[in-house]
Amino acid sequence: MSFLELDRVGKSFGPNVAVEEFSLTVTKGEFISFLGPSGCGKTTTLQMIAGFLDPSHGAIRLEGKDLVATPPAKRGLGIVFQSYALFPHMTAAENVAFGLEMRNVARSEREERVRAALTLVGLAGYEDRHPRRMSGGQQQRVALARALVIRPSVLLLDEPLSNLDARLREGMQIELRQIQRNLGTTTILVTHDQIEAMSLSDRIVVMSKGRIEQIGTPQEVYEQPASAFVAQFLGKTNEFAAHVERAAGQARLLAGSWSAPAPAGVSGAVTLSVRPERISFGDTGLAGRITSRIFQGNHWLFQCDTECGPAIVIRQNDGQPQPEQGAAVHLNWQAADMSLRAARVAA
Amino acid sequence: MSRNGPVALIFHTLFVVFMVAPILVVCWVAFTPEGFLSIPITQFSLRWFKALANYPEFVHAFGVSLWLGALSSCIALLFAVPAALALSRYRFRGRDALSALFLSPLMIPHVVLGIAFLRFFTAVGIGGTFVALVIAHVVVVFPFALRLTLASATGMDRSVEMAAISLGADGWTMFRRVTLPAILPGIVSGWMLAFIQSFDDLTMTVFLATPGTETLPVRMFLYIQDNIDPLVTSVSASVIAITMTVLVLLDRLYGLDRVLTAKGGDAGR
Amino acid sequence: MSTTATADTSDARAGLSLALPALMLFIGVVVIPLAMTVMLSFHDWGQYKGIEPVFILKNWMEIIDDPYYLEMFWRTFRVAVLATLITAVFGVPEAYILNRMQGPWKGLFLLVIIGPLLISVVARTLGWALLFGGNNGLANKLLMTLGLVDSPVRFMFTETGMIIALAHAMMPFMVLAVWTALQRLDPQVENAALSLGAGSLTVVRRIVLPQIMPGVLSGAIIVFSLSASAFATPAIIGGRRLKVAATLAYDEFLNTLNWPLGAAVAVLLLIALVLIVVGSNALIERRYQEMFR
Repeated sequence: MSFLELDRVGKSFGPNVAVEEFSLTVTKGEFISFLGPSGCGKTTTLQMIAGFLDPSHGAIRLEGKDLVATPPAKRGLGIVFQSYALFPHMTAAENVAFGLEMRNVARSEREERVRAALTLVGLAGYEDRHPRRMSGGQQQRVALARALVIRPSVLLLDEPLSNLDARLREGMQIELRQIQRNLGTTTILVTHDQIEAMSLSDRIVVMSKGRIEQIGTPQEVYEQPASAFVAQFLGKTNEFAAHVERAAGQARLLAGSWSAPAPAGVSGAVTLSVRPERISFGDTGLAGRITSRIFQGNHWLFQCDTECGPAIVIRQNDGQPQPEQGAAVHLNWQAADMSLRAARVAA
Repeated sequence: MSRNGPVALIFHTLFVVFMVAPILVVCWVAFTPEGFLSIPITQFSLRWFKALANYPEFVHAFGVSLWLGALSSCIALLFAVPAALALSRYRFRGRDALSALFLSPLMIPHVVLGIAFLRFFTAVGIGGTFVALVIAHVVVVFPFALRLTLASATGMDRSVEMAAISLGADGWTMFRRVTLPAILPGIVSGWMLAFIQSFDDLTMTVFLATPGTETLPVRMFLYIQDNIDPLVTSVSASVIAITMTVLVLLDRLYGLDRVLTAKGGDAGR
Repeated sequence: MSTTATADTSDARAGLSLALPALMLFIGVVVIPLAMTVMLSFHDWGQYKGIEPVFILKNWMEIIDDPYYLEMFWRTFRVAVLATLITAVFGVPEAYILNRMQGPWKGLFLLVIIGPLLISVVARTLGWALLFGGNNGLANKLLMTLGLVDSPVRFMFTETGMIIALAHAMMPFMVLAVWTALQRLDPQVENAALSLGAGSLTVVRRIVLPQIMPGVLSGAIIVFSLSASAFATPAIIGGRRLKVAATLAYDEFLNTLNWPLGAAVAVLLLIALVLIVVGSNALIERRYQEMFR
């Protein structure tokens, strides 16, 4: 089933290791995101797939064929660059036609496909515009059309939406997802925006410092982060030091005054991580005091000082009264909403 | 890992050889022990560098050039700094025309400038004096001083000045404590570039220099017109060494490509 | 509205007062002398009577009628065009190669290539005179060793030598202009073309060259105008017989002492250059306005 395969790919620049032991198997038609902060190696990995960088070690295979040995011009991948990299001296249509020209596609077919591609991205009628006279969003669409018109085996998107303003970006995300679904093109997106990664991809590869932290569906990486890094990078989270105590034959997990039956196989000191929107205020639980409360429209954001250190809590603005600043509260959450990590989590 | 293929690198090597050959050959020949020009030279000797001391006309011309360069660069900056501030921060009618006028010495051939200055200074009765030379050089190096000062003044964040004012600084204090330090790199490199331009100028100066006020390039040019011997190569080698020093300084301070993107110059005239 | 108006006038006052000293300087010692030079070109001159402040067209008629001056201006033009072509043919690829170099090499070679710009032109031309000198100059020895020529080529006192030395003197301007244009290119654009299947030659021809063309052309304008008004190189390499506009004007002023005629030559050179430079700039702007709006 593997369509694109990266097998322990690594890249070093002199003594600096940019990417280490990167292994990933992509199935045909899948939408994958490489997510991480800048400098995590996601763009380097993309550039190796594209062929602009050679891996220091490891192999990249496309449908079983070695991709590293193929020069970038022969890989047949469609790439949308962060800067769009449109040819400024060519019109939109000439930009889109360039890849077809390189493939010696006959003029009539070429014109047909260029028109179809521009229509697909909603730019019919803009054929004769030069890039400098188009808006950022329009340029982005031309870049997408230029990459798609060659019917690439894999579409590579390098932070394609980062230069658009927030509103435009959201619209483009939906459109991008629709186009990708309709064409069924295998796609790899590089981004530092976790919302973008989650709303677009089938699977997310979370990266940090050149290493893969976790590979999983958006829900998996959000709900069951494999590391502190993943938990913190994908949205806000609270981390409490907790420990397991065995008394009267029953093991209990304790974090300050909060407690719950310990999950099987957990013992000693652990780190407990729980998302702020999964915490509720109750009569029992982790004791604390509200240091500030901020109204953010559809929800309230509370900052609390608890027995186990600072914590944030998000409550839906559902019309119910909310605790005031300075109020003493107890923080409570379901055992299913937390994840335990680090210290000694027995497999 | 170079992205250039072997053909490109061969081309590059030949190109670099072409660019440095005439400069290297001058420096090389200057070390000859012979009394005449000989290529290749057989031994290294400082004979002709020592001999320079016995040619007062070169020593004197060198002094004139140094003074002229230093003085005209300083004066040019006195005019250029306020002009650069005016052009960089105020929008007024005639601003473009003004900046075109200030940069015009780059556009006008130096022969024409030399002739115009000769005509003018003779008419007002200061022809052939050092003062006339200084005035002429101030004009010719002015665009270089202006461009670099302008570049740093334009790049400066003006809210820093507003911050100084809001903290109670008056206009002069603000200029001295905030503006000047911010544009200082531009001023210093502007001075150096202006100095080199003045120090190297031949075409314009050759019209104005008289035996007492000959600059080094003029002296060298007139000497070469008569004959080429090891003496003039050792003078040239010294000039090259001095320029290289300033050049490396400029590169460190400001980046040579940035300095030189301020086009124009006296090359080849 | 009135506030903007006051802001405008106060801006104008502040700007003009700061620029005033420099403006006075330029009017005093650039504009007036240039006007006087134009006037001078209409004055009369005689071997014994000197300069006569009258208004006649004698000097201009002489320049237009006498084939000697026509030949001289034609040579100036020819030499400048050829030197410009050479700098373009070699300078453009070199700038491209330079731009593709890695880190420290790039800076070093940029220094080596554009550094000569600041080295005294007399010293540089002297270097060419040494390389060219006589039949067994280094240049000829090299050419004959490589088997490129059978008998020595005459470089000194020929247009060939003049063009080579001028091209060398002007090369940094071309490399610099192209370099600046290359810096403005989005480096990803080349990668984009590669990923679409273009070979590296196609990338250069279809993607890079069209984008840096304005840079090449503006470099060519600088090189041409500096070459056409060059003095030191033609004077040293060309010698006393092979005159160009700048060396002729120099002769008229300092040897023949026919200032009005020299002024006419200089003014004509200035006018011709201004027309050519302004004209080609306008053409370039019109040609590329679509692309760089």
